[in-house]
Amino acid sequence: MSLKERIEGILGRDLLELTEFRGDICVEIPKNRVIQALTMLKEEAGFDFLSDLFGIDNLDLYTKAKKKKKKSEDDEAQEPEEKGPPPPRFEVIYLLLSLSTNERVMVKVRVPEDDLELPSITGLWRAANWPEREVFDMFGVRFKGHPNLRRLLMWDEFQDHPLRKDYPLEGKGEERHLNYDIA
Amino acid sequence: MKFQAIQGEGWLLTKAEQLINWGRSRSPWPFPYGTACCGIELMCALASGYDMARFGAERVAFTPRQCDVLIEAGTITKKMVPVLKRIYAQMAEPKWVIAVGACACSGGVFRTYSTQQGIGSIIPVDVYIPGCPPRPEGILYALLKLIDKIEADHPLYKQRRKVVEALEAAK
Repeated sequence: MSLKERIEGILGRDLLELTEFRGDICVEIPKNRVIQALTMLKEEAGFDFLSDLFGIDNLDLYTKAKKKKKKSEDDEAQEPEEKGPPPPRFEVIYLLLSLSTNERVMVKVRVPEDDLELPSITGLWRAANWPEREVFDMFGVRFKGHPNLRRLLMWDEFQDHPLRKDYPLEGKGEERHLNYDIA
Repeated sequence: MKFQAIQGEGWLLTKAEQLINWGRSRSPWPFPYGTACCGIELMCALASGYDMARFGAERVAFTPRQCDVLIEAGTITKKMVPVLKRIYAQMAEPKWVIAVGACACSGGVFRTYSTQQGIGSIIPVDVYIPGCPPRPEGILYALLKLIDKIEADHPLYKQRRKVVEALEAAK
């Protein structure tokens, strides 16, 4: 049984989409079933190692989908090529590795902009602690149940989430608050 | 140090300021503040190949209270700014600062939200060294420039001016 068939069998209805590119498997799971699906992958498929966890901001895709929609509204001669609502803006991706069989799988969860909350998987892999803090710091995705959800890279008083595509590269003039002066 | 006169045996005449400057310029003990790749060049300049100790930078102090020259080698992120300020405040007078490399001088290639655009806006800098990173010769040259600056200093005059200003402020 190939890995693809095994994953399809294990995830069942939690599998929204499975793509394969040059032997790498990427599965998309629904947002409200993250813990259950990852537990199944860990315990039944043997993916016992979380090698990375990170976020993606698909702002360009999002705005392009919006623009397309507008264009087709303005130009009524053209066929409206709408395919449902625009894709959720953020993605959180879990890279899993099986230490016994050396197989890898990429698990993708889409997070819409108006509901930036995911369950924390620190209960499954303690290694998820800092990556989840980083995703919170950089994208503003909150992980429910995280033991210590503070900023990882930026300082505590920082307000924005700098890896979002609409955040300017040179910042908005934030300076770190200084508690003392040179004597 | 310039000798004004030598008389007999064991006597020499000079200015107190020059004697002080002579002592200070011959022992600028460095505090290595390496935060990026410039720190590697600084290590190289301190090690036996280039041997910064030849110019009196003999003892690398790993406490800010026992050093004279803060050698800031590397990028300073905005998160790091209070730390750098605190280190500088902990150093005893007299103190000097060398900014090593493009990042410490101006932020370098990192014109981003997280990088301090040059440490000159946080603490007073005496010598800037450009380069990404500068070679150890550059760091040695900066130290020699700093020694020139120390030798041209007027420590007693500055001290007297401070006292006068404090007295006038008290009036």
